[in-house]
Amino acid sequence: MTTPLLDVHLHRKAFGDRLILQNVHLQVHEGEVVTLVGASGCGKSTLLRIVAGLETEHDGDVRLDGRRLSGLTRDVRFIFQEPRLFPWLTVAQNIAFDLGDVGQADDRVADLLDEVGLAGLGKALPKQLSGGQAQRVAIARGLFTQPRVLLLDEPFSAVDAFTRMKLQDLLLRVARAHGITLLMVTHDIDEAVYLSDRVLVLQSDPGTVQAEVPVTLDRPRRRDDDAAPAFTSRVRQALQAAHAF
Amino acid sequence: MAADPDLVLPARRVPAPAAPPRPAGPSRWLGAVVPLLAVALLELSGRLGWVAPNLLPPPSEVLETLWQLARQGLAGHVAASSLRVLAGFAIGGGLAVAIGALVGLSRRAEWLLDPTFQALRAIPSLAWVPLLLLWLGIDEAPKVVLIAIGAFFPVYMGVAAGIRDVDRKLVEVARMGGLSPLSLVRRVLLPAALPSVLTGLRNGLSLAWMFMVAAELIAATQGLGYLLTDGRETARADIVLAAIVLLALLGKFTDTLMQRLERRLLAWRDTFDNRP
Repeated sequence: MTTPLLDVHLHRKAFGDRLILQNVHLQVHEGEVVTLVGASGCGKSTLLRIVAGLETEHDGDVRLDGRRLSGLTRDVRFIFQEPRLFPWLTVAQNIAFDLGDVGQADDRVADLLDEVGLAGLGKALPKQLSGGQAQRVAIARGLFTQPRVLLLDEPFSAVDAFTRMKLQDLLLRVARAHGITLLMVTHDIDEAVYLSDRVLVLQSDPGTVQAEVPVTLDRPRRRDDDAAPAFTSRVRQALQAAHAF
Repeated sequence: MAADPDLVLPARRVPAPAAPPRPAGPSRWLGAVVPLLAVALLELSGRLGWVAPNLLPPPSEVLETLWQLARQGLAGHVAASSLRVLAGFAIGGGLAVAIGALVGLSRRAEWLLDPTFQALRAIPSLAWVPLLLLWLGIDEAPKVVLIAIGAFFPVYMGVAAGIRDVDRKLVEVARMGGLSPLSLVRRVLLPAALPSVLTGLRNGLSLAWMFMVAAELIAATQGLGYLLTDGRETARADIVLAAIVLLALLGKFTDTLMQRLERRLLAWRDTFDNRP
């Protein structure tokens, strides 16, 4: 097996006296889609923030392509639960934020807008967007710097079920088109199975990877795949074993 | 892929970002009803002899006085007062933006400076007057300094609180973009703090007008505050009222300018501004 693109070895992460994560080892290979599921408060989001370099005080290391990361990097981007758009910037300026004031004229902005289904909305302000549209802008912003890994923290939990399905398909499509590896936290077992190559089940107190469920469904994924329920119940059993519910 | 037709909500599509359309709600002239009624009532009570006209002259007489004053150098009084307000507001507001930004950006600066400024803020404006007169004489300097003190605190509070309260989540996004501290300030913290900064500037400006009157009441040979004193000393209630009317108009005028600026700069806000 080749070296994993993302290699996380976390011995310990605590907030004060509270131990959040312990002995978390996980690897994600190039082009893979991996989701993390587990009970609320099991440290999934913290784990994601450590990988992103947003949390730096922990005992352990995160390697990207064998290279140890020590903080934020352009190769790893984060998409949050909320779109987190800058309300005073237009959609185009938000997407090209990292490039500064000149960014909005970049050709890639129009391409990305097109790709996430928002062609022509570059000059709109965030207040004019629906929740689903705003999250599409956030995805486009995540893609703009051409990262190798996209981390997503329950990115679709605030949108309605139909929008969620569309956004899931959009995510898989752009990840494939840009050759981006995905590591995502979700509460939705169906979403985890639909998107992932592997589902990692975390247990709480302290958080650690309890089980791994490989999902070998065909790609592109189909909503009505007869084989999907088997994987769903496997994830559910693993969650039960991890006392998630 | 082109825009998903069901995703682009046609009604919400890109109206001009500035000048939010005002729906057919109550008319803007609604604000004129109360003053007009008051003027009519005052005029009536003056004419019918309900109150002594030397104490409360009817509005028509005040208007006449204004007209007379206009031919006797009223413009000079207005200009003197306005210039003092402008200078004091510029100095006080400018310092407040700088110090407020420092306090908002650095916790150390906040702990060092904020308690002192909060204590200074608690001092009533008039308490400064004797000290300023002792230190700076009775020229322009004490007046401008007093106005600057008045304008300083609302602006300081607005800037410091505005920056301190910027959403951590947005700052996180900016950090991921690898912004330098300076561009973080320029591109994220200042725009995010702008609503609070503008509120502070607006309050500072109206306080500058108030402090101007306090300053001119004490020692001045020109200005609206001088007119007030002059009217009292010569028992001319009409002059006092004329000066008060001018203060109201000037204050409202500059406040409207600030409000326009606010609307223009904050058109991006998703607010309750379209309420019925």
